[in-house]
Amino acid sequence: MSDSVAVRRPIWLKLTSGGFLALWCLIAAFPIFWIAVMSFKVPVDAFAENPFSVVFGPETIADGHGLSVFAVILGLFVIGGTIYLAFNWLPNLVVRYSIMEQVWLSWIVGILIFAIAFLFAFFIILPSIISGVDPFLGPLGDPVIGLTTQHYQAVWVDNEFYRNFINSLVVTMGVVIVSLTLGTLAGFGLARSGSNLAFWLLIVALVFRALPHSVLVAGYLPVFINSAEILRPIFGDYAPTLYGQPWAVIAVLVAINQPFTIWMLRSFFQNIPAELDEAARVDGCTHFQAFRMVIMPVMWPGVITTGLFSFLLGYNDFLVTSLLLDGQNMTMVPAISGYFNRETTTTDQVEAIAAAVSIIAPLFLLVMVFQRQIVSGLTAGAVKG
Amino acid sequence: MKFKTFSAFVGPSVVMMLLFIAAPLISVFIQSFYLTQPIFQTVEVETCTPGFLTQTCVTELKSQPTLDDNGKIITQTKFVGLQSYRNVLELGRVASAFSSGKLAEILTIDFWKALRFTLTFTLITLPIALAVGLGVALAVDGAVRSLRGPIIFISLLPFIITPVIGALSIRWLFIGDGIMTALLENWLQTDISMFAQGWTIELLMLFYRVWHVAPFAFVVFYAGLQTVNQDTLESAIVDGASRFERLRYVVIPHLMPLIVFVALIHLMDSYRVFEEIVGFSSQAHVISLQWLTYDFLAPDDSGNRSISRASASAMLTMIGIVLLLMPLLRKTWSDHKGGQS
Repeated sequence: MSDSVAVRRPIWLKLTSGGFLALWCLIAAFPIFWIAVMSFKVPVDAFAENPFSVVFGPETIADGHGLSVFAVILGLFVIGGTIYLAFNWLPNLVVRYSIMEQVWLSWIVGILIFAIAFLFAFFIILPSIISGVDPFLGPLGDPVIGLTTQHYQAVWVDNEFYRNFINSLVVTMGVVIVSLTLGTLAGFGLARSGSNLAFWLLIVALVFRALPHSVLVAGYLPVFINSAEILRPIFGDYAPTLYGQPWAVIAVLVAINQPFTIWMLRSFFQNIPAELDEAARVDGCTHFQAFRMVIMPVMWPGVITTGLFSFLLGYNDFLVTSLLLDGQNMTMVPAISGYFNRETTTTDQVEAIAAAVSIIAPLFLLVMVFQRQIVSGLTAGAVKG
Repeated sequence: MKFKTFSAFVGPSVVMMLLFIAAPLISVFIQSFYLTQPIFQTVEVETCTPGFLTQTCVTELKSQPTLDDNGKIITQTKFVGLQSYRNVLELGRVASAFSSGKLAEILTIDFWKALRFTLTFTLITLPIALAVGLGVALAVDGAVRSLRGPIIFISLLPFIITPVIGALSIRWLFIGDGIMTALLENWLQTDISMFAQGWTIELLMLFYRVWHVAPFAFVVFYAGLQTVNQDTLESAIVDGASRFERLRYVVIPHLMPLIVFVALIHLMDSYRVFEEIVGFSSQAHVISLQWLTYDFLAPDDSGNRSISRASASAMLTMIGIVLLLMPLLRKTWSDHKGGQS
């Protein structure tokens, strides 16, 4: 913005807008921060009336799960170091050791190894160092903050939450890959065709986007439950029951997501000048070759952004997955409703909180890494109208 | 691009949408006129209990579902016309409520209760979310450049978080004697229980929805603010326009298309309000249209799903969406016509 005298803000306006921003940031972050804190305390502390006893957790310390000043400093140091390494050291390493130009593959491997190394260092090496050193530190070694990972252990190990995690991973990855494959093709076709048909397809897609998902599920459910009998004339005895199958849910979520995907990718493709693929066609390429060789190398920013939103849809879905999957194949989000509906003890509730925090932790990382793409995706549809 | 290449590009996506969106819609429409029920037969059952000297035997008529050879319950599907719609709408009770003058009784019927909540929810959150989004966008636009990145990061969190968990995280602040309830009790000096009555839950739901969508409005408006014409702003200053007048007559008109866009998306999304009901477990007090269909679809205690009633309520929800989108569709249609001629 220009700095002419008239545009410069008077002091009272600066103060109010600063105060408003601070208040907004507090409101935006507080509930998330708070459940993260609660998930590390014993139930008495987690649901205490006094916020200070939630933060410092006297009962948790009394239970023998206290952290000393030394442990807190060491833990923060490890977390900070991990973030620093992840953003400064890991990318170079990945690029240097990537095999056969497949950079994305080495990214996946690199991130996996890095994550496992972090979990190992943080949950196995660090506690043993701390318990070894603390007794010799005097006042620095006395516990000041209560912190226990027992609820995470209960959720992930005892209640086998990792099964739900794997199901979520399968469903989400399936949704992202399939909907991007179909969506890029359709988005490109729609962006390069000015026909009436293309216009009507987009309008119908807009109407489909507005449909409540439960309306659609009401259509799937009877068919999916009886699909073995319905499909028998075609597939014989191999006819599958679609109810409870992750890949059937993937298909459903892909379809639900298609309207949004093609709208978004179309607007990205419209930003790629048509001269680019026209030049390729003049050189003798077909439309598909032009798409494959000229458009694909330059379309990745748009595809990554759209992929992020597909990821969010698949990962965050409650309605479709809870109705179309059965107990064994449940993804994480519907599985957590089992915890908070039970509500027999306060321990169950804190376990539900720990499960909830586990679910949103990957999303937190996602915003950290892809903030720029998310913002560009949110504005892409809007600015074009 | 020839039609053939166009259809090769668009084909797979269109097939998916036809198969998984259009076909279910048609099947929901048809299902809503049919009812599938197990066939019951009346059997005479003699039950005997040992008694003194002789057994006491009772013969009674019981109706039980007919089983086929495999021991499965035989069901039959019959055409019931508008019966499912009548079951959902309960027009008889609505009419009697009207005639007796007790309009509040209409809101004891599930469908009307859900409709009332869905509409008030949509209409109340719309202006608040727009205003908060615009406010944050203006404040961030005036903030120090180095702070903008972190602020955008924090603001995106409520938007990106899983909706059910977002609702839960707010619920956990208020549940029982949680810190927020304790704070409110301290402040108001009364005993508060946020989840014991409908209107307090509704307040929390409204708060949650604004918290969840304001970031979206903020990001869109913030992007729009970057493209405000500086020359127009400066000439407004030369003309002596105050800060508020510049906002009112230059900035807001510039943002108008974006405001309409965000409002439309918000209307579509909050008409589908559902996750709040799950997250706040409010079904005893407050329900929404989409939750009503969900509830019909979910198996009840004996494992039955009332598909037919779910279809009827789904079709009624659909009508609402069409009404909501009608102005937009008409405008697009006339724009398209105008663009061609």
